[in-house]
Amino acid sequence: MSSLQSTTDEVLQLAAEHFKVPREQLTADDDFFKKLGINSLQALDLLTRIEHHFKIELPDYELQGVSDFRTLAERIQLRL
Amino acid sequence: MKTFQGKTLSWQVVEGAIELTLDHAPCNEIGLAVLAELEQFVGVLPKLRDEAHALIISSARTEGFCAGGDLRELFHLSQELPAAERLPGLRDFIERIHAVMNAFDEAPFTTIAAVNGLTFGGGFELALTCDLIIADKMARFCFPELRLGLIPGFGGIPRLKRDLGNALVRDLVLTGRSINATRAQSAGVVSQVTAEGDVLRVARQTAAQLKKFDRGTALAAKRFIKPIPYDELRREVEIFCDLFMRPAVEKGLRKFVESKEALPYLP
Repeated sequence: MSSLQSTTDEVLQLAAEHFKVPREQLTADDDFFKKLGINSLQALDLLTRIEHHFKIELPDYELQGVSDFRTLAERIQLRL
Repeated sequence: MKTFQGKTLSWQVVEGAIELTLDHAPCNEIGLAVLAELEQFVGVLPKLRDEAHALIISSARTEGFCAGGDLRELFHLSQELPAAERLPGLRDFIERIHAVMNAFDEAPFTTIAAVNGLTFGGGFELALTCDLIIADKMARFCFPELRLGLIPGFGGIPRLKRDLGNALVRDLVLTGRSINATRAQSAGVVSQVTAEGDVLRVARQTAAQLKKFDRGTALAAKRFIKPIPYDELRREVEIFCDLFMRPAVEKGLRKFVESKEALPYLP
């Protein structure tokens, strides 16, 4: 099983690539809505990419209130 | 007539397949304008039965296939009506939607929903009328209606029940969560998952394959495999209309309408 650190790194990499933000500008504590400049529709797109990447199913209600990469990675970690 | 260009959708016959393309910003929400053109389209379907062997429904919107009913319009129209006319007005709208959905379900040729992105609520219900659902890998499916105090009202529950194991029906309806295309395929609701951006090509290739077979045999097979749950569809109309008149729905719709979020019904 991946560590939380490696899961967080993969999420940051995924977000940087898809939303075309330099990876070095993203940190685990960033609010991804603000940092990526995305709305809930685009967050849903990120969720789909995360599910494909990690080969998991992550119900959207489990992400209720989640807005930073670290917590997102923790929720993913629970499904790995 | 072999082509039509409307305000919210267009269609054309391409190599024996009718390609119906939804194109109504932001994400093909089904309100009166879309409904009127869908009615116009299904009215033409019988005339096309000798020219077409398949129907492909897809979206020109990158946001998705269809985000469902136009809740903002539904809310405002409902508010404009005197209280005594709200239920008859709603019932008329729902009956018209069901007539269109049934016409797609009954279409005398094989129907394919080529879905991408958001396939939510009424959009999911539209896809479920089709014989095949082919999904872009980035497609997501969801019945968010319970978040508004409603149930899916465009024929979704009976048709999803028809297509799925009941556990996932309950999961989708009762939690309102969304699933991705791979999950939908593993559950049996999507038959093929394509690469991103490739869904229409695959749908066309599938339609070309369908053309090789005798149409009468294909129609007999379809009617045997995919019976239409008319009784349950009628019950759904009654339940939906009953729920819609409850105060919780008005409250939920108002919150939705007043939200600035792109998808305010998501958690």
